[in-house]
Amino acid sequence: MDKFRMIFQFFQSNQESFMNGICGIMALASTQMYSAFDFNCPCLPHYNLAYGLGILLVPPFILFLLGFVLNNNISMLAEEWRRPQGQRGKDPAVLRYMFCSMAQRAMIAPAVWVSVTLLDGKCITCAFCTSVPVETLGNASHPRLSQGEIQRVLARIPCKEIYNGQQLIANEVAIRYLRCISQALGWCFVLLMTTLAFLVRSLRPCFSQAAFLKSRYWSHYIDIERKLFDETCAEHARSFAKVCIQQFFEGMSTDLVAARCHLPRKAPANAGEATEKLLGITDQGTMNMALKSWHRCKPPLHLHPPALPTGNGWAGEGQPPMHPSAPRKETAAYYSWV
Amino acid sequence: MDRFRMIFQYFQSNSESVMNGICGLLALASVKMYTSFDFSCPCLPQYNMAYGLGIMFVPPIILFLCGLILNRQSLVMLEEWRRPLGHRKKDLAVIRYMCSSIMQRAMVAPVVWFIVTLLDGKCLICAFSGSMDPQKFVGFANVSTVQAQQLLAKVPCKDDELMRNNTSHKAVTRYLRCWSQALGWTILLILIIAAFLARWLRPCFNQATLLQARHWSNYIDIEQKIFEETCCEHSRLFAHKCILHFFESMRQEIKLHSFSLPREGEGAEGGEDLLRGITDQDQVNKLLKTWYYEKPPLDVS
Repeated sequence: MDKFRMIFQFFQSNQESFMNGICGIMALASTQMYSAFDFNCPCLPHYNLAYGLGILLVPPFILFLLGFVLNNNISMLAEEWRRPQGQRGKDPAVLRYMFCSMAQRAMIAPAVWVSVTLLDGKCITCAFCTSVPVETLGNASHPRLSQGEIQRVLARIPCKEIYNGQQLIANEVAIRYLRCISQALGWCFVLLMTTLAFLVRSLRPCFSQAAFLKSRYWSHYIDIERKLFDETCAEHARSFAKVCIQQFFEGMSTDLVAARCHLPRKAPANAGEATEKLLGITDQGTMNMALKSWHRCKPPLHLHPPALPTGNGWAGEGQPPMHPSAPRKETAAYYSWV
Repeated sequence: MDRFRMIFQYFQSNSESVMNGICGLLALASVKMYTSFDFSCPCLPQYNMAYGLGIMFVPPIILFLCGLILNRQSLVMLEEWRRPLGHRKKDLAVIRYMCSSIMQRAMVAPVVWFIVTLLDGKCLICAFSGSMDPQKFVGFANVSTVQAQQLLAKVPCKDDELMRNNTSHKAVTRYLRCWSQALGWTILLILIIAAFLARWLRPCFNQATLLQARHWSNYIDIEQKIFEETCCEHSRLFAHKCILHFFESMRQEIKLHSFSLPREGEGAEGGEDLLRGITDQDQVNKLLKTWYYEKPPLDVS
């Protein structure tokens, strides 16, 4: 139990830092994704807006969902939410606390993506290049083009190599203007997020500290209880398997002895541990039969009390399995906790 | 308990160094942010000032707030400030001490950003190129006011077609950069002298009060950490007892419902102790189902 205690203390004290670590890694991953992504503005009137805003808004949504998926506590939250009440009441404050702390961590990577995108400027330049105020920035005395033509020319602003509207509005002027707007939006967004985070963190001790302490304790409790229960079940499964297999071997050896009509060969008192561990199977043929029987006809999941040898021991292998193989698979699947 | 003692001694001695470390990391992050940020002045008359001053003042606010958020002691201080009196009086000197130490640490990264910005010069050049007096510079002297404004606004953009042929833009840039760097170095010097004086002269005033405030602020910090650790330990033991009770009640229920003879050899084998009387696939399934459908009450008395 001491080893488990150390492990659980490690998890408990470090779970917050573990989750913060995952959070930080995802934020870095989002920056890396952005720099590795090859942004290619289509430079066509209606496609620009869709592409630019899509790159700005769709990856954050994906990163937000990924933040939930990678969080181990999501299954714990779902379990606690859906369990029947039974003998233990459910506290909605605890569920809210768990959800809020997960949502806060999942918001970081999307916020980083949006900030980096806005501060870089390519997305906004691509999306809003057709809305540049040509009258103020450009050449008002240029011969009038139709609205559609102007839109087509402006849409090519992000693609410098095919831009042909230098007379209408200089490419660098338009890009500088759009990038300035984009960076201003980016800094405002970062300021807003930081202010929100600051308010959330600092208003809590002012208003609901007692409720917060309670929710935090019980959410940690639910987590620890789940882990301890899994560990206890694993211990139980181990003992169950050990006894089951021991009884299988005993049944085999008793069976063989009965079939050969020999008296059970009792190991001499000073034979030592090794002979005992042979469990009465001492030759190749017997061992092969034991292995074949283990494969073809596994013993039932039912441990009988240790009975005295009566000579006509029960045929552990002769009996058909009490349960069909499907439940066995079900049990195995249940215990394969990752 | 020995392990806890070691951990808490570590926290005690290193709480200050952890916070100093975070402070330093934030300062480095602020320099890195500045170098990786792609500064592009809009070079338009009304936008230059807003952009330049915005880049100079908005990120420091963000860095200051980050410094407050990342500092664990700010939460401790707020809790101490807002807690009801109860049986323990509140000492305002302690709260003031904690507040000032938090603010000092949070101010480092914004100041670093501010000084790096001034020493680099791009922000000031962008913000104030439009406010220059055109008569002082040969290239801008003989044009109309409006045109002069437009040209001056384009000075930060060296590659602009109008600026490529104009040699006076270098003069404006040099002039503004000189002012910017002078301002940066002056502010740095003033801050360092202020910090030096504050540290040097502090023992002359109220040293005893300061020692007390520092001791009790450390105490509050440690007390909170120990409380959290004790709660964790308690919840672990609570869960352990709860699960044992659950297994025990399952075993009794099974004994009541099954008609098997009492097993004599139960206590004899050490290995069966862990089985807790559950020795059958059906019993295991029932146990697991009961765990889900009817969790035991939170009561281990």
